[in-house]
Amino acid sequence: MNRTANSILDEKFLDVRAKLLEVAADFDRIDRAASDEGPLSGQSRDHRERLGEAINILRSDGADRAERLQKLFSRDYESSWRKEMQI
Amino acid sequence: MDYIDPHIHMVSRTTDDYATLARMGCVAMSEPAFWAGYDRGSVDGFRDYFHQLTDTEPKRAAQYGIQHFTWLCINAKEAENVSLSRDVIAMIPEFIDKPNVLGIGEIGLNKNTKNEATVFLEHMELAIKFQQQILIHTPHLEDKYQGTRMILDMLSDDSRIDRSRVLVDHVEEHTITEVLDRGFWAGMTLYPITKCTPERAVDMIEKTGGERLLANSAGDWGPSKPTAVPDLIFEMRRRGLSETLIRKVVYDNPMEFFSQSKNFTFTLRS
Repeated sequence: MNRTANSILDEKFLDVRAKLLEVAADFDRIDRAASDEGPLSGQSRDHRERLGEAINILRSDGADRAERLQKLFSRDYESSWRKEMQI
Repeated sequence: MDYIDPHIHMVSRTTDDYATLARMGCVAMSEPAFWAGYDRGSVDGFRDYFHQLTDTEPKRAAQYGIQHFTWLCINAKEAENVSLSRDVIAMIPEFIDKPNVLGIGEIGLNKNTKNEATVFLEHMELAIKFQQQILIHTPHLEDKYQGTRMILDMLSDDSRIDRSRVLVDHVEEHTITEVLDRGFWAGMTLYPITKCTPERAVDMIEKTGGERLLANSAGDWGPSKPTAVPDLIFEMRRRGLSETLIRKVVYDNPMEFFSQSKNFTFTLRS
């Protein structure tokens, strides 16, 4: 790693700010529609909850947020899959 | 900088793309067999496709000074049809000695089903029988983690598999460590939305050091960018990473991995 934390943040600040604004605007759009037409249901509600969990990961500490986010959006792995599939 | 794109689907690209890639420094590429966007109806459909991969594309590439290599299989999406898959696997030996064939690929899983796993294991048997290298496709999005682990289980459970001759492609943050720790090569695919960006790929290079790690564009008929590897080179330079490390990932590593195939007769630029 050749760059300092300060230099990376300075370089990425506007980029991250723009991405966060897009997410905020997406959530606003969902909430506006929900106030007109009713709350989320079924899979859409599950997806919204998952996105909330993702934001909690972003707010947490550690240099492995991308990996934890990927796992949040992944199906579980069962080591017994070969037995279950009889393969 | 000269570079090798180890995974690009040139049957989906125009001749202009070959010219652009040559101008960007691409000196060689390998093209795994993949899904055409529709399910092929017969083994003859695959036979025609393998002619394209072993005859037509090398000639198109050579016009621009690029050496073209390929991998053969029936892809995971079509593996649900086990009967057709078996017919294709039985036909592959017709092409295995063609001069640009590096091995069996891109085999793998798509939705992690029993049929896909069955066909994967039969491809493995073919590779073992003919002492071929293997290039592996891992699933997308929510299926990637589970599917990658299943693939690693099948490979690791067979002691005849030489892990140093297997490339597991499309790794991301949650799968790269397991692939490398188990002794396989790992490929990062620079692809919008479903795989990873050049910036995230460089993060993974910084974290792992770039050992047994390759980067590719996939460059197919979907929303992809055939010049994504030069984008990665640019991002690495922008971060001040050494030319030695850049060259390792985009040239030396693919050279080392491919050199294990008897058909990799690469001619250095004079």
